[in-house]
Order: sequence, then structure tokens, then C-alpha cells
Amino acid sequence: MKKINIASLLLLVFLSACGESESKVDSALTEQVLYFGNGTEPKDLDPHTVTGVPESHILMALLEGLVMRHPEGLDPLPAVAESWTISEDGKTYIFTLRENAIWSNGDQVTASDFVWAWERMLTPSLGSKYPDMLYDVVNAEEFNKGIIKDFSKVGVKSLGTKILSVRLKNPAPYFLGLLAHYTTRPVHRPTIEKFGEIDTIGSKWTRPGNFVGNGPFTLEDWQLNKVLKVKKNPLYWDADKVRLNGIHFFPVDNATREDLMFRNGQLHVTSTVPLEKIEVYSKQYPDLIHIDPYFGTYYLRVNVKKAPFDNKLVRKALSLSINRKEIVEKVAKGGQIPAFSFTPPDPNSYFPPTTLEYDPVLAQSLLKEAGVSQEKLPAFEYLYNTSEGHQKLAQAFQQMWKQNLNIDVELANTDWKVYLSRQNIGDYTIARAGWIGDYPDPKTFLDMMVSDRGNNQTGWSNYEYDNLLIKAAQSPSQEERFKHFYKAEQILMDELPIIPIYTYTRVYMLNQDVKGWSPNLLDSHPYQFVYLER
Amino acid sequence: MISLILRRLGTAIPVLLAVITLTFVMVHSAPGGPFDEEKAVSPEVLVKLNERYNLNEPLVVQYFDYLGNVLQGDFGPSFRYPSRSVTELISIGLPITFELALYAILFALMLGIIAGVISSLRPNTAYDYVPMTIAMAGICIPSIVLGPSLTLIFGIQLNWLPVTGWGDIPGDKVLPTITLGTAYAAYCARLTRGGMLEILNQDFIRTARAKGLSEFRVVVVHALRGGLTPVIAFLGPAMAGLLAGSFVVETIFGIPGLGRFYVEAAFNRDYTMILGTSIFFSCLIISFNLLSDLVAASLNPKLRDQ
Repeated sequence: MKKINIASLLLLVFLSACGESESKVDSALTEQVLYFGNGTEPKDLDPHTVTGVPESHILMALLEGLVMRHPEGLDPLPAVAESWTISEDGKTYIFTLRENAIWSNGDQVTASDFVWAWERMLTPSLGSKYPDMLYDVVNAEEFNKGIIKDFSKVGVKSLGTKILSVRLKNPAPYFLGLLAHYTTRPVHRPTIEKFGEIDTIGSKWTRPGNFVGNGPFTLEDWQLNKVLKVKKNPLYWDADKVRLNGIHFFPVDNATREDLMFRNGQLHVTSTVPLEKIEVYSKQYPDLIHIDPYFGTYYLRVNVKKAPFDNKLVRKALSLSINRKEIVEKVAKGGQIPAFSFTPPDPNSYFPPTTLEYDPVLAQSLLKEAGVSQEKLPAFEYLYNTSEGHQKLAQAFQQMWKQNLNIDVELANTDWKVYLSRQNIGDYTIARAGWIGDYPDPKTFLDMMVSDRGNNQTGWSNYEYDNLLIKAAQSPSQEERFKHFYKAEQILMDELPIIPIYTYTRVYMLNQDVKGWSPNLLDSHPYQFVYLER
Repeated sequence: MISLILRRLGTAIPVLLAVITLTFVMVHSAPGGPFDEEKAVSPEVLVKLNERYNLNEPLVVQYFDYLGNVLQGDFGPSFRYPSRSVTELISIGLPITFELALYAILFALMLGIIAGVISSLRPNTAYDYVPMTIAMAGICIPSIVLGPSLTLIFGIQLNWLPVTGWGDIPGDKVLPTITLGTAYAAYCARLTRGGMLEILNQDFIRTARAKGLSEFRVVVVHALRGGLTPVIAFLGPAMAGLLAGSFVVETIFGIPGLGRFYVEAAFNRDYTMILGTSIFFSCLIISFNLLSDLVAASLNPKLRDQ
């Protein structure tokens, strides 16, 4: 018995030292510091070499581009660019930068900062991950692919300290949307050159103390796997409007731990909610749980090089025998919307065709028509990466295909890197996949299925489809572009190299003290609009 | 004594070489690579990246290049964190893991020795059975169960302690220490009990009691010195085990220690980081075993001449 006494005594000694203190979220009200659950630890803070969502959350605080996204809609708002004019043919943009846009070390943000940043981003030897974001600019693609060595031939010019001109090869009505993406933001040339060359990957310029940014916040502290802190930038042109004094980004890659942190008052906003808690919290804490529509699609990739999936009738049969309504209501359970097209509906009023209703009878007859019987179709493999959610969905598909088509499916669960590598080399039959749009335009989805694009990975190639996307790029008006996209999407949904399942939702917990946080499709919440109040 | 040290260091070199070679072969034969990402990397970029990390050479050349670098103390840049070297990552994680291990071992010793002594004084009574049953349970409950349970009780239900972090909020080191230390406390308790029982039956203890010494002096001054020998021998391997095995606790409580880097490196196919930490942990385990051998040798002269 004594052991218990001693143990509890020991515990009491520990506890008396700390006592029941005010939670971090409580004290944040006076400090105006936002505690942000940010998923995984950022790889780096170089806007030209990172790709992840956690990095994008931090870069939104540290760097500002020519435009930013409206917190409620997705329309571009003036940021570093005070105003801009677009030529009649839609191919020339002239940006006027703010006089009072300055770097956190006091230097002016100039047009040549943008020119140099874009040169760096497109420099082939840097190996940046998003160069295609600027491929609409004249000669940008050629420069990035090493065909042109002289950057002055690329269509971005400084016409004075604060005037930037950009020439596009096609009228691209979504171009301003791209300019809100972190990869097109300016970087501070003297800082980068102090720590390396234009194409040095991973130099120390992104460390606290070195980082010079132009965003509403500056980098204060970065402790790996622990916290990354930013504090208000007094030199930011719109600093008067910024009400938060700082943001602490916590890398919490474990949903359960993040949930505990939120309940313990250590976080204002989480990056996710544990799967099994979504239903409970929706009833228990309807004010705290947020289920926002998200510009992303959960879909299945089909390897069209593998028989019998080279036959579109077979792919169609697979798709028709999936009851998407049941999937989202009984399996995914996160308020997702059944998807019948690759592009989620309504980015700037684009409504894709929808023709994939659940119809097992038709599915069976299509399978017969394709001449595929049980004997001819040996059990095939369904590839997915380790995750409880993917596993449940995989089992649901397996059951639906067995029940409706009498097809046997083997589930292949692999770790993330194996899953990616097998798709990359085409060593799979059917695999789960997900894609989140980078900017509010159907192009961010449809472009992926163009022949031989890095993320196509299905082996599918369609001349007409490719052509429609080229035509869309050359269309002067949004209306005409959308017409081409609509047709392209029709082809895609008829051929089905990918089978859309549902439109993602972003499910997270948000403390009620957080104000000025508006849900939007791209989950983008500019911090200058956010504040804490109870 | 010196020859013992030299002999042990002599065997350490082939062990380390085997660790490096095996790890190298294993990480490079694992399917999937560090540059497999959701947004597919273009072939041109892949060439650049392979060049930067010396992955375009044949594997044998890479292996000898790597060995050469390691001999110069250079573990190379991390793949996951391109702006950091493996050495830097180890130096970030190690002090934290070391601090956690130290607290855990102190907790284990304190609790274990007290419990062990109590049960050894009245063997085969309730004073023995109860602590030893708890100790057995302590050994059996894995930290992956104990950690979340403690969190749920003390962090969420009672709201006494923070559930995550390390050195941010007062009290956030308590739960990880207890979670990591419990199993070792239980071992300590059993070892102390065994050691004490053996000593307490010896003649010099009877003499001490016959002299009329108080029970406290008999136990603490006379018996404990010999009775703790097994616990001291256990300290070396325990410390090595704590350092290398703290990743579960680090993951549960979000502690930015070395264990987490190690596990994440495997998932990320961060070749240099996996190799660097494996080598580092091997060195650590070898040194702690050597240290504990030396302590044992200094306590027992018979071992010195072997």
C-alpha cells in the first residue's frame, strides 16, 4: 500500500508546483496571440522550393505577393500592388506597387524584387516545385526548361522602381489568382545572396534573424518539431489593420494529440479532427467544429495500361457501382459532397457536367458488353496509403464492387512513399488519390490529366482533351474558356481514367474567440483580418 | 582496466561498420525514395536533386563516399529539411531526449528503490506483494497505453497538467517523465528487492543488528550499499534503452527530441538522417554498455582481470 501513497505524494509535489493555471487560450485574449495547429513540421520557408499546406500557412504571414485573396470570396485584393491595368487583349498586366510597401529590414519592395524572385523561381538549377505557376508568362516555360538562357527575354520587366509589367502568352483570366499563391511572392535578394547563390537550395536565409520578409508578420523563432513563432511586423504597409501581435504555429501531425491540445486550451484552431470524433463533436460542439467546403477531390486513379481497365466500359462499370451518397454519409462522415466530376463545382461559377449516378444494373450490363466475365477478371489490387480513413473507404469500395459486379478486390496498404513511388512508375491497378486545387480555376484540376503530365500517372492520353485545354488557354473570355473546360470534363467523365468519389471538406476545430475567420474554398485566411475577442 | 577499455573499443569498430553497412543497404533498398511527393517532381528537377544529394552515382561509390564523410564527422544534409544538416538535427534533438531520459531514470530510481526496499523488508507479506504486483503491472503496461491514459486523467478530466509540449508550460515535463520512467521504476523495484533480500540474509547484517543499530541504519547504511549492485549494473543499458526508446513517449507528448526525428526519417526516406541517427545511437549504446561494464568492474575486482 505504501507504494501507492508514495506515488501519489510524489505526484502532489509535482502538481503543487504548477497548480491549475489559466489556459493558453485564455491568456491569448490579452496577448492577441493565435495558437495554430499546423499539421506537419514545415520543410523550409523558401517559397520557391516548398509545396506543403503547413508551409503555405506560415508563408501567408511572412511574405506578401502582388495580390492577396479576399478572405470571404476568392477575388484578388490589392496587396503589394496598389492597382493594376490589364490590356484589352488580356495579355499585358501593368502593376503599380505601393510606395509604402517595404521589407522588414526597411528596404523598399521594388518591381525588380519581383523580377529577380521570378527569375530565381524559374532558374532550372534551383529545381523549384511550382514553376508551372508562371508558365503563362511569355518565355517563362522556355527559360525554366533551359531552352532560353537569357532571362531578359522572359515577359516580366521593371518599368521603374514601383512599376512592374507582365506579358502573358495567352489571356489567362485566372492569372491574378496565381499571384496570390506563395510561390509567386517576392523574396529579398540581398539576404538570399548573402547566404548563397541564386540557385542554392537550403541556405540559411530562412532562419530566424536572417529571414527578411514583407508580410504582416516577421519570423521570431523556429524550434524544430516544437513551434514556429511569428510576430507583428511594424513596418508592414497596413500594420494599423493587423490586430494580432503574433501567431504560434505548432507542428502537430497526430490528430489525437491535436484534439487533446485543443480541449486543453492550447490551440485556437486545429488542422484536422480525429475521424471517430467528427460525428460526436458535430452534436456536442456544433459551435466549435467547422466543416467547410474545400476545393479538392477524392478520386481513384485507374491504370489504363492494364487490361481489362484499358476498356472504358469496365472503368465506367466500376464507377457506376459505387454508391457515393452512402460513401459520404456512412463511411467518410465528414460532410463531404458526392463528386460526379473531377473539378469541384463553382470556382467562379463553373459547373461541370455530372453523369455518374449510382446504377448497378447498368454497370453489370456494361461489364457484359465489354465481354468481361468473372473468369476473365482475376482479383485486382487497390492501392492506398496507411490511414484509417483511406482504409475504411477501401473496404467500402471492395464491398460495393463485390456486391454489384461480383469482382474480387485485394487491398494493398503501403506507406506513403511506397504508395507515391508505385503510382509514379505505373506499378498499380487502381489507387486512391486526392488533389487540392492551387488556385480557384478548373485548370488546376483539368491540366493534370493532359497527356504525360507528371501527376497524370494513369497512362491515359486523349488528343481531343489535350486540344480542348490548349483552346481554353487561348480563349479571351472566361465564358469561352469554361465551355472548353466543360467539354474536356465531359470527355474525362466518359473515359474515366480517374473516378471521382467526393469533394473534400475541411474539418477542423476553431475556438470561438477567433474572429474575422471566414470559411472559403481554398482554406485561405489572411491573418490581417483575424483577431481574438470573447 | 585499460586493456578492457581497449578490447571493448576494438570490438566496437566492426560493430559500427556493420551497422553502417546494413543500414545503408536497407534504406537504399526500401521501395519509394525521398523525392516521391504528391505533386510529382519533373524529370529535370529530379536530376538536379539527385545531383545535389550524390544519388546519381552507383550505390557502391555512394557508400564509400558516405563512409569517407562520416569519418570526417560529416553526416551530410537532411533530405526532409533541406536547409539543415543531420549533425544540426541531432544536436537539436539530443539535449531534449537526454533531459527526458535523465528525469525518467531519476524518477525510476526514486520510486523503484523505495518500493524495492519496502518489499524486501517483509518478504512474502502484503508489504511485498502489493508493490511487486504494481511493479509487474508497470513492466507490462506499454507506454503507448500509459501515456494517453495519464493524459486523459490528469490533462483532460482533472485539467491539472498540460497534455503536450516540453518546457513551454510549467508542469509539461511531468507526464512524459512518468510515462517513460514507469517501466524502468518497476525493473528497479524488482532488482532492488532481489539484491536486498540477498544482502539482508548475510552475516554482517546480523552483526549490525546485534550491535543494536537502528533498523534505519542497518538498511540504509549497511544493506543498501551492496543491495543496489544489480540496479547499478542495470543503469547503463537502461540509459541507452531510454535514449533510443523514447520515441514513443516523444510522439505521444509532442516532444521535439531525437527519437521523433529518427522515426520520421524512416517514413520520409531521409537517407542521411536515418544513417546519421542509427550510427549515433549505436555509438551511444556502445558507450553506455562500456561505462556500465567499467562500473561493474570497479565494484567487482574479479571482473577486472578477465
